[in-house]
Amino acid sequence: MNTDTTGDQEISDLLAHSALPSTEMMERLHRRLEESAQQAGILDIAYTTIDTPVGTLLLAATERGLLRVAYESEDFDKVLDTLGTKVSRRILKAPKRLDAAAFEVEEYFDRRRKTFDLNLDLSLSSGFRRLVQKHLPEIGYGMTQSYKQVATIVGNPNAVRAVGTACGTNPLPIVVPCHRVLRTDGTLGGYIGGLAAKTALLEMEAAA
Amino acid sequence: MNTKKPFESIVAEHGATVLRVCRAVVGFDDADDAWSETFISAMKAYPTLPDDANIQAWLVTIAHRKAIDIIRVQKRIAIPVDVVPDQPSSLGVPATADTEIWDHVKTVPQKQRQVIAYHYLAGLPYLEIAEILGGTTDAARRAASDGIKSLRKTFAGTHSKGASE
Repeated sequence: MNTDTTGDQEISDLLAHSALPSTEMMERLHRRLEESAQQAGILDIAYTTIDTPVGTLLLAATERGLLRVAYESEDFDKVLDTLGTKVSRRILKAPKRLDAAAFEVEEYFDRRRKTFDLNLDLSLSSGFRRLVQKHLPEIGYGMTQSYKQVATIVGNPNAVRAVGTACGTNPLPIVVPCHRVLRTDGTLGGYIGGLAAKTALLEMEAAA
Repeated sequence: MNTKKPFESIVAEHGATVLRVCRAVVGFDDADDAWSETFISAMKAYPTLPDDANIQAWLVTIAHRKAIDIIRVQKRIAIPVDVVPDQPSSLGVPATADTEIWDHVKTVPQKQRQVIAYHYLAGLPYLEIAEILGGTTDAARRAASDGIKSLRKTFAGTHSKGASE
């Protein structure tokens, strides 16, 4: 009886510790899931990460368009958790939907692109913030405006702080160029990706 | 709390375990299909899953249903065998004990295979396994013990044979 029990224990240990499927295998199944989720219309949010001169960026999109661009300093896990709560938890790392966006961002950093031509999903912002964010692409490549100028242009000259908040909560930095908004005295103000990134973008655009 | 996570985390955390469960229940060849159907079905239902749900048990429950569909098809295609013969395995010399165990699991009757997979691979308690399979907790425990016994018998058979030569 004793040997029986020992044998059973060995078998169950062997089962419990038997080899896990390879990473390659899991990646293949993941790609298959990405495709079938897309086909079934349940891939609510697809995302990927890309390497750029200002660090790794996360790009996320719904069927409607690009939903979020995030800097690594924002913590990608947190960003995805927030998207899950605000939009949908049906989120997969599925780079295919982000091909066009990734390509345009790459061109931008190669100085071969000055404006973005992408469908945007602006559902993460509303009201005044959305109004400001919709105006930002009108500030041309290599140009800047002050928070006060932006406030005036969107029709509320006293809402300087609110413009600052709208820029600070821009869900689509780089593509929606909040880095082109500065303080009236020409100093940087804030930036979601950090001041070093803001400086790098402005210097790159000024040099072009 | 768990369901607040994006579905990507669910795949990353549980994908490998669910694949092992599928391999044990439907066999290596059909495991990919079982896994894919499980996760697409889970992703569909994910938004309505209660926040306090046990994700692993939920996934195993879905995998169980998908596996049954696949086994049904397998049976239609395969030559039916009423009783799995209780005899030393005739399997060749396998590469490692790790891959070998799966060949043996295949020879164990379906219900025992399921219980072994859900308990030893997915780590579910017998109470939850009973809920998935129907029947009592005791019956689930007995099926696991019978399964491990027959597994040990075939396993020991090939092993002692190898050792004595």
